Amino acid sequence: MITLETIKDYLKKYDGEELTFMEVCGTHTAAISQSGITEILSDKIRLVSGPGCPVCVTVASYIDKLVSLSMEENTCVATFGDMLRVRGSEKSLNDAKASGGKVILVYSPMDVIDIAKKNTQLNYVFAAVGFETTTPIYSLMLKQIIEEKIENLKLLTALKTMPKVIDWVCSVDSPINGFIAPGHVSVITGSDYFKELALKWNMPFVVSGFEAIDLLNAIYALINYKDKGEVLNLYPAYVTDKGNKAAQKQVEQYFTSCKSAWRGIGQIEDSGMQLKEEYLKYDAGSQNLIEDSKINEGCCCDKVIIGTINPTQCPLFKKVCSPETPQGACMVSTEGSCYHYYISNRKR
Amino acid sequence: MCVALPGKVIKTNGNLATVDFNGNIIQAQAGLVEVNEGDFCLVHAGCILQKLNQEEAVDMLELFQELEDLQR
Ligand code: SF4
Repeated sequence: MITLETIKDYLKKYDGEELTFMEVCGTHTAAISQSGITEILSDKIRLVSGPGCPVCVTVASYIDKLVSLSMEENTCVATFGDMLRVRGSEKSLNDAKASGGKVILVYSPMDVIDIAKKNTQLNYVFAAVGFETTTPIYSLMLKQIIEEKIENLKLLTALKTMPKVIDWVCSVDSPINGFIAPGHVSVITGSDYFKELALKWNMPFVVSGFEAIDLLNAIYALINYKDKGEVLNLYPAYVTDKGNKAAQKQVEQYFTSCKSAWRGIGQIEDSGMQLKEEYLKYDAGSQNLIEDSKINEGCCCDKVIIGTINPTQCPLFKKVCSPETPQGACMVSTEGSCYHYYISNRKR
Repeated sequence: MCVALPGKVIKTNGNLATVDFNGNIIQAQAGLVEVNEGDFCLVHAGCILQKLNQEEAVDMLELFQELEDLQR
């Protein structure tokens, strides 16, 4: 019987070919950094972070649009906390707030519905960012907006989906040997979602939970399934092959696939979601927000989010760039790779 | 922001559920999956994404047996 101790020992003493595994999801990056598991891995096993932190991959023009909406006379922008500090081409939402912009922070998109109902003199725009995990919640929100005929609440969307960007990462000659597939995305999509990619690139995708033990199991499985185009579900408590069908249906009702712009990467076909044409009246102007710009020209976020370098290799890391003075989105977001390398003092 | 936390449903009321996270009680939307009192569930941004599938623990053991066989 395999025990945790056998797995730890194996991962510590591993002396085969050098292997690089990518965790795509920002929550995995956080869990890996906080748990310190990289310290017990053999030097031959490298973990890199992928483009799965929604704040880190959002382009500057989307932030610019939120900033300008917040400055409009009767408009208030509602957002998750992480979006407040990330800068667009000039300002962040926090800066906008300091100069009189109207911005509110919410825990759940659903909270804005009550707020909008109580303050009908203001128009609200929700900064709808996120991956497959969060889009169903925007569908629920929209359903309620329509049913209750709420006129003063719209979405500004920058919604992303995983498969095409993972495909892109694989296509740019990255040294990746397998993926820790995003656990919470898989709760919605199901683990089969990654089958096509696993087959195409002939590498394993392991769906994992978020505890240190889950991640160690996942890495162990990735090594043992090396060069096999298979998907393994190591998070069966919440993930099934086909995912949450009801949630998928909700998404299909309101959203359709679209080309999407990724910070530091550019536009990728079918890598995002936008409101269907018949629901565009609930959109606050999400089309054509594709321009990107760097906060600091020396920032290497574009390389960090595809795992080409790790944050400690960025010349600005811990010098001018810190969570107090972030020079790139990866240091702003509490799921960003740079932020976690910084606060956990992670070396590798 | 993609964080989802496991909690226990202590009450349901239409599309709303009261969820207990180790003593922290919140109201969550239950429009994406049907839950009942006593169910463990995963909550993200104020919505229940899925409920715990207890039977699957057994499959995990099978999978580890498979991994062990691969090692040999
Ligand atoms: S350390 Fe800062 S400047 Fe360097 S890549 Fe990360 S966010 Fe950008």
